[in-house]
Amino acid sequence: MKEFKYVITDEMGIHARPAGLLVKAVKGYGCTVKMGKGGRTVDCKGIMGVMSLGAKKGDEVTLTFEGADEDAACEAISRFMQENL
Amino acid sequence: MRTYDGKSVCSGIAIGKIRVYKKDVQQVKRTKAKDPESELARFASAKEEAVRQLKCLYDKALKEVGEANAAIFEVHQMMLEDVDYNESVENIVRGQEVNVEYAVAATGDNFSRMFSAMDDDYMRERAADVKDISERLLAVLNGRNAGTAETEEPVIIVADDLAPSETVQLDKDMVLSFVTVHGSANSHTAILARMMEIPALVGAGLPLDETVDGKLGIVDGASGKIYVEPDEDTLNEMRERQQEEAEKKELLQRLKERENVTLDGQKVMLYANIGNIKDLAMVMQNDAEGIGLFRSEFLYLEKEDYPDEEEQFQIYKQAAETMAGKRVIIRTLDIGADKQCGYFNMEHEENPALGYRAIRICLTRPEVFKTQLRALFRASAFGNIAIMYPMITSIKEIKRIKEVVGEVKAELDAQKMPYGEPEQGIMIETPAAALISDVLAREVDFFSIGTNDLTQYTLAIDRQNPKLDEFYDAHHPAVLRMISMVVENAHRAGIWAGICGELGADQTLTREFLAMGVDELSVSPGSILPIRKIVLETNVGEYKAGK
Repeated sequence: MKEFKYVITDEMGIHARPAGLLVKAVKGYGCTVKMGKGGRTVDCKGIMGVMSLGAKKGDEVTLTFEGADEDAACEAISRFMQENL
Repeated sequence: MRTYDGKSVCSGIAIGKIRVYKKDVQQVKRTKAKDPESELARFASAKEEAVRQLKCLYDKALKEVGEANAAIFEVHQMMLEDVDYNESVENIVRGQEVNVEYAVAATGDNFSRMFSAMDDDYMRERAADVKDISERLLAVLNGRNAGTAETEEPVIIVADDLAPSETVQLDKDMVLSFVTVHGSANSHTAILARMMEIPALVGAGLPLDETVDGKLGIVDGASGKIYVEPDEDTLNEMRERQQEEAEKKELLQRLKERENVTLDGQKVMLYANIGNIKDLAMVMQNDAEGIGLFRSEFLYLEKEDYPDEEEQFQIYKQAAETMAGKRVIIRTLDIGADKQCGYFNMEHEENPALGYRAIRICLTRPEVFKTQLRALFRASAFGNIAIMYPMITSIKEIKRIKEVVGEVKAELDAQKMPYGEPEQGIMIETPAAALISDVLAREVDFFSIGTNDLTQYTLAIDRQNPKLDEFYDAHHPAVLRMISMVVENAHRAGIWAGICGELGADQTLTREFLAMGVDELSVSPGSILPIRKIVLETNVGEYKAGK
């Protein structure tokens, strides 16, 4: 299992558009990707779940990756978060 | 005529027939399903159709309102494909052995309730998106098109609320304005209206029935009002304003960001006169190069007591920062004469126009003057502020002003308070100042000619007295000669000279002023673009030759 933490810097937080992009990016990998914030964890392959976390600027989220391509997914999604959120 | 108030999210005026837009209420019955799997097959094909529709909407929105606003329809597609959403529908159909319509409606309600409960305005708005996709699915399942409003003429759309897909599906050429009873400034409807630059109101408390539908209406985006069956006067007034705005917009399109330079290359600065910090928006909208006259009186006249240094500092700083490096010329307190202020306790005067006013008050009440100067010098560290002193008649006054300025700076230094070095200029609004302008020019950084008082003092005519109109000549050669002389004297001493009185906006004189070599014209914001037009079309050399 791979894991990283990330603090949101985007003014709007994880709003609809980046949530959609994140889901799209995650769906490119076979492993399960989960995101947690404040004790709640959601599946990153569903946009409703990702949005329901309501992650705002300054919030810390934890992403976990589990599966065959977890290394590649972790690296790519880490880059995605830095570029978009 | 009936008038309803709403909150304006996009300005402008729309006049036209009102169309009340009502959603088809999708009545969903819960029925037992004999074969849940065939229900789910219907769900799968409905989803396919809904995604196809959303793709079309995305393309339409992309063309009309840009990628950022179109993205919501991609999000809708993802919502339709969301794992949790789909699992919920499947669980309800299989678990309760019910029809898929019921499962979709129940799932939509649950998810939109989840978003509604979030502690974030933006996320709460997304409840509308979840409802929107569920309604789309239901419409497909019922074999109907979701939310289309066909109209033959452009209309004002009035609705309880509009889903983003409904807003985009409306034919853009057929919509004059959006008015919704619910909805917020963050809603897609509001955002789209701003993109389309059409007036829009949210939170308008009007009934959605036959008293409104099909009636003539006016939406005034400036005041946030909608008039239903307007009376003749209102209609005429609004038509006029609509016409003015259309002309202004057209002029703006053509003249914005153009340099104020004549055909033969003479430049002039076109600045704005303002009387309140609230006017800054107008200054920006009309593309002024700076503020040529910021009347500081409003700070005093709107109050019950002297405005303190901090209060003034904040206002001046805001003006300087908003104008971002462009010159902001602030005139020090100019009360007395026709502008009276209770707490100054001024004595009654027989002849206030020639009395205790403007710089005369400041120099005899240094505590009032110093407070304003401290605020001005401090604020000038935040932008390009210039200070202008009114009603100057002598060199002695300028010397006294300089003494006070020296004291103010020494005090600020002692208190280690940062300040800038603003340009300091004077108004030329007395014949005395005009006649000694060669001497005055050596003492200051600029001149600004106040033509209202200069004309009144030169012609000895009270502008408030209508009986004197027949003797009054705004273009009197005495006044024009004085202006020409002041400009010449300024240039000889190497400083610039402008006009901030009403005459500056007189379009019949613009060429004349250019020929005199006036460096700056400061006019009301609305006059800037019409004057820029004249400047751009003028050849000063030819004008002089033709005289």
